[in-house]
Amino acid sequence: MASKLIYTTDRGLYCEAGDFYIDPWRPVERAVITHAHSDHARWGSRNYLCADPGAKVLRHRVGNEGEIQGVPYGQPVSINDTTVSFHPAGHILGSAQVRVERRGEVWAVSGDYKLDEDPTCAPWEPVNCHTFITESTFGLPIYTWSSNEDLFTDINTWWEKNKRDGKSSLLLAYALGKAQRLMMGVDTSIGPIYTHGAVATMNQIYDNSGVKLPRSTRLSTMPKGTKYAGALILAPPSAYGTPWQRQLNPVSAAFASGWMRVRGIRRRRSLDKGFPVSDHCDWPSLLKAVQLTGAENILVTHGYSQILVRYLRDQGLNADTLSTQFEGEESDGSSEVHE
Amino acid sequence: MKHFTHLFNEIDETTKTSEKVAVMAEYFSTCSPSDGAWTVYLLTGRKLRQLVPTARLVGCALAQTNLPEWLFGESYDAVGDLAETIALLLPPPTSSSDVPLKEWVEERLMPLRAMTEEEQFTRLTSYWNELTMPERLVMNKIITGSFRVGVSQLLVVKALSKASGVDEATTAHRLMGDWKPTSDFFKGLFEADTTDADVSRPYPFYLAHPLEQEPEALGDIFEWLAEWKWDGIRSQLIRRSGETFIWSRGEELISERFPELVEASAFLPDGTVIDGEILGWAEGEVLPFSLLQKRITRKSISKKMLEEIPVAIMVYDILEFRGEDIRTKAMSERRQILTELLSPGALDAAPSCRGQLHPAFRVSPALLASSWPELAESRETSRELKVEGIMLKRANSAYGVGRRKGDWWKWKVNPFSIDAVLIYAQRGSGKRASLYTDYTFGVWSEGKLVPVAKAYSGLDDSEIRQVDDFIRKNTLEKFGPVRTVKPELVFEIAFEGIQKSSRHKSGVAVRFPRIARWRTDKPMEEADSLETLSALIDGEGGRQRES
Repeated sequence: MASKLIYTTDRGLYCEAGDFYIDPWRPVERAVITHAHSDHARWGSRNYLCADPGAKVLRHRVGNEGEIQGVPYGQPVSINDTTVSFHPAGHILGSAQVRVERRGEVWAVSGDYKLDEDPTCAPWEPVNCHTFITESTFGLPIYTWSSNEDLFTDINTWWEKNKRDGKSSLLLAYALGKAQRLMMGVDTSIGPIYTHGAVATMNQIYDNSGVKLPRSTRLSTMPKGTKYAGALILAPPSAYGTPWQRQLNPVSAAFASGWMRVRGIRRRRSLDKGFPVSDHCDWPSLLKAVQLTGAENILVTHGYSQILVRYLRDQGLNADTLSTQFEGEESDGSSEVHE
Repeated sequence: MKHFTHLFNEIDETTKTSEKVAVMAEYFSTCSPSDGAWTVYLLTGRKLRQLVPTARLVGCALAQTNLPEWLFGESYDAVGDLAETIALLLPPPTSSSDVPLKEWVEERLMPLRAMTEEEQFTRLTSYWNELTMPERLVMNKIITGSFRVGVSQLLVVKALSKASGVDEATTAHRLMGDWKPTSDFFKGLFEADTTDADVSRPYPFYLAHPLEQEPEALGDIFEWLAEWKWDGIRSQLIRRSGETFIWSRGEELISERFPELVEASAFLPDGTVIDGEILGWAEGEVLPFSLLQKRITRKSISKKMLEEIPVAIMVYDILEFRGEDIRTKAMSERRQILTELLSPGALDAAPSCRGQLHPAFRVSPALLASSWPELAESRETSRELKVEGIMLKRANSAYGVGRRKGDWWKWKVNPFSIDAVLIYAQRGSGKRASLYTDYTFGVWSEGKLVPVAKAYSGLDDSEIRQVDDFIRKNTLEKFGPVRTVKPELVFEIAFEGIQKSSRHKSGVAVRFPRIARWRTDKPMEEADSLETLSALIDGEGGRQRES
């Protein structure tokens, strides 16, 4: 075990040669963070190292404790016996793949990533490496995303129809990353955009980090009795079906999530509409990414890991699963929400 | 196909019935009659027999996707629906088309059945290549005979009526029975003249709702007619132009299964439609439902069976008399007509049913009571009389359409209940296709759990997800679609009746089992035993669910 550059311990992915953890799930001395989603960035560690554009989001996530050091993408940092650098992962603002090198051996930990274009963050770049650690949240060939153009045409059409019908449009999306990406893509000439508090908070941090989002108003600042017909409201999925939602009536609710690609998953949540959009790789992207890294060894974490491993092996690659506590296991109730 | 797929998506993407009706009405107002006919056919759940065998369909999809079979299998496991899995996996189309639904079904899909495997491959490949993902889903569902969308026949009727201006009752009537999805049929639905000619056509059945409150809430008992709730096959018997037709509630023509009733019905005047329950009946008593079932499942009825399982029809309503639709007359008035027709001179009293015109035609006797408690007392004898409880019908009510609430109630005896352990699970269908929702439950017998009931309803969505999660994490083995689950979860299973059965391993068969609740408080060791269950057969009180 110890001969491997990075391996799993009960605290998280550990690099012994550098004595640091990547996205640890328990507090550690030095944590290297791929991105600020809660299953990857946990509070309590003493020192955090992350890609520079993500430092402010990470601060919000882990609270006031702990040192956070941001490093520009691509700039090497020496940590003990290793050289570490961050490379864009295209997942959310400041998301990174962590490249770790020791005496010519290169590993890349990709965290969560996508290859599709996203104006709120730097695009994914392939990292040449010997060993590539990849997620597999949507590691099944049924998961393929449509182009941004088609996606936003669908969302705009839905919004306009609701406007015509005198309804508000409630778009449920993960508050960090997905919500901002959607705001950047929709046609703001259709109507005003309002935000749930959780989304508004993240928007503020994006704004402070230099991402210019379209104008939106925090819903809670509006006087009671305001009518929202024709407006688009962005809220986290947890807001669905809560008393908070009532002020939006009459409303059409849609969930923006990769899981919405499957009809049954949408229907059993009794949602009107689902938009299959994800900040994770779809199946073709996973295969493409693996190929572009040129890696000999592929380690597959959270998601349909066994399936992707089997497929890669059939293609003649040296693949194996790597067990972690990152979320995205199977499509059970919880992970449908927390992509 | 585009218009129809659009409709399918619009229906699929709303949970509000008013919106579903609105989009269907819009569609029916604008579609061609020939497309409209097929749309009505598909939306009301009529299905074509499978046009291409499943294995062949999968084989053709695999050839298109270049995926290994195991990966197709894993994808299917995640989606839970074959037609959808294929639609999701196929490569994007390279062309597009807008061929009308009628042409798709009649000229493209239906001919597939008679084709060779090679021809089917060529056709399927080229069809898929001109359709978008949602259109492919619809096509695949038509091919596999699994087309289903969340509307009831009643909603389709409402939408048609809205589009045509013809009232709902007439529209519902026109959708009954045997019809072909032709453009003439669809035009007929818009026909303002309501004296349609089809002699075999039944009326829509009026359905009762379970009474969930105390009967006192229904008000004055004298405004209600009470009778037994018979446990047989709800049927409509039609006598017109010297011919007899018997329809089941599932709108299946079942005349051939009951030749003695057809023969005996000759005494009825032309233009008579009666509503009742076909029962296995011998020596003035109801036979077990399982015997009657044999009469339905056999294609041809042997002479031996006619002798061994005699039947009678317990009639409780009349919908047409002397060729006139009398459904709007009051229940009490219809009952009067019925009694005079079937048992002239007889007093409408007591289960003995004296003075009937024909022994196979019996009028369901009225239950006389001057107070609700008195009626409740009669209801307690239901099990001895082998009836399910009591029907309550408002005396001044018309014979309605579908499941309109308020005038007819079924006041069933409380069901039996047992606590049983979840032992096998299978995926559900439709909305729950990707979840394990069809369960088999076992009770203890000599230290082992023997299966006694299958049930797939009774849990709410969040419970279903929890149980699904448990099943996935606690699968002991997979046998085809069935997973053997680690015995641990206990459920209270309610059921209506229990009989001895040689076909079941446990030796007993329960009727209408469903999950009453999840007994998270009970360890599996405390689930019931087969002995407890068997004791219920002899009607030794047993344990009834407190309601």
